[in-house]
Amino acid sequence: MSETVASVSALIVKTLLANPKVPRDINGSSKIVEDLAFDSLAVMNFVMEIEDTLDVSVPLDRLADIRTIDDLAACIVSLKQAS
Amino acid sequence: MSIFSKYEGLASALSAVTAGGGRNPFNVVIEKPISSTVGLIEGRETLLFGTNNYLGLSQSPAAIEAAVDAVRAYGVGTTGSRIANGTQGLHRQLEERLCAFFRRRHCMVFSTGYQANLGTISALAGKDDYLLLDADSHASIYDGSRLGHAQVIRFRHNDADDLHKRLRRLEGTPGSKLIVVEGIYSMMGDVVPMAEFAAVKRETGAWLLADEAHSVGVMGEHGRGVAEADGVEDDVDFVVGTFSKSLGTVGGYCVSNHDGLDLIRLCSRPYMFTASLPPEVIAATMAALTELENRPELRVRLMDNARRLHAGLQAAGLRTGPQASPVVSVILDDVAVAVAFWNRLLDLGVYVNLSLPPATPDQHPLLRTSVMATHTPEQIDRAVEIFAVVAGEMGINRAA
Ligand SMILES: Cc1ncc(COP(=O)(O)O)c(C=O)c1O
Repeated sequence: MSETVASVSALIVKTLLANPKVPRDINGSSKIVEDLAFDSLAVMNFVMEIEDTLDVSVPLDRLADIRTIDDLAACIVSLKQAS
Repeated sequence: MSIFSKYEGLASALSAVTAGGGRNPFNVVIEKPISSTVGLIEGRETLLFGTNNYLGLSQSPAAIEAAVDAVRAYGVGTTGSRIANGTQGLHRQLEERLCAFFRRRHCMVFSTGYQANLGTISALAGKDDYLLLDADSHASIYDGSRLGHAQVIRFRHNDADDLHKRLRRLEGTPGSKLIVVEGIYSMMGDVVPMAEFAAVKRETGAWLLADEAHSVGVMGEHGRGVAEADGVEDDVDFVVGTFSKSLGTVGGYCVSNHDGLDLIRLCSRPYMFTASLPPEVIAATMAALTELENRPELRVRLMDNARRLHAGLQAAGLRTGPQASPVVSVILDDVAVAVAFWNRLLDLGVYVNLSLPPATPDQHPLLRTSVMATHTPEQIDRAVEIFAVVAGEMGINRAA
């Protein structure tokens, strides 16, 4: 697999921007809960969409350590490398 | 800074709910039940359409008598856990009764259904295992997953293909995979396609746990739940359930044919470190189980009532879940409308449950209603009529 943190992060931003409620000025360092005003359920549901696109499952306990979009991208890249 | 300051958002959400002069929905008091279907609320006789008392057995004369007799014979409490302070004869009897009812070899009884999920899920799925949870799982299932140390993966609600895909991604990884589904989902009343999940389980070598909290006593020819109704009981490794719904009391259980279940008694913290069920609850539960077994007509009446309520609410132009089941939820778009609707229903003598996001699937507020076998057709028609009146007042009945 050729995904990098930057490419995954860009893909996450693109997926998020498809939702009209998400602020337009987000980037890799945006905080998912604070800057996007997502509650815990919204975070889990949005991660599910990303999982489908990238064919990966992110265990829920990993989400606890994730604050920014780049954190999520790094987590996904490490899961893909492990598999 | 106050220790409560982190709840400021919650406080303002709560004051928004009561801002229009409405009640605090979490403070409604049912002063006294008049029967299984009518309760005294604000001094008025109110139709109860917001319980989980599907068969009406919380008011069963036989269960009441059994509880009174047990209290006189054994006292009111056990004062401790079975591991620390001892198992009583009645605990054993209840477990044997449940084994016979479910036709399974092993049973563990817990003090609530919540603890049954916490205690089985956290103990079954260990550090190197994977838990696969339906996205719309009950809080007790999510909490069980947090009490244990397994890796937790969510799959799309009621979507066996999505689960299959996620299991495929885990192919070759060591560790057991435990799938958790519910029989009937408590918010929308939708039923799990259990046979599809059983097929995925067989194909992938995973284990399957079904929480039949809302479906035991409700589905299946003998009332054993969706697994029985779908003919796949052999594929369900563990059935978890509760006494607090169709059986009308309180407590929970796990039944299984796997001999290992007995070991769980010694490593399940929600089993080991809390007091066991008191005698009167056990006696009432066994009496209620006898009624559940001997009166299959209760299930027939329950499903007739479910269809009547579901069809009635739809005919009134309200949006409901797709399936007629004992839980029928009216789906609304706006929290303020839902709150006003719920208040007005109570003014007019119908009690239902107001369910607000994020506790509901896909962010919609719900008026969650539930039927009982003991509702009369007239009571259901009356409730539907009141729903229609309020919908009319609020201008939210779609052109029917
Ligand atoms: C699906 C489900 N599982 C478990 C429980 C917990 O049951 P109990 O109320 O007996 O703790 C409930 C109900 O609250 C439920 O809806």
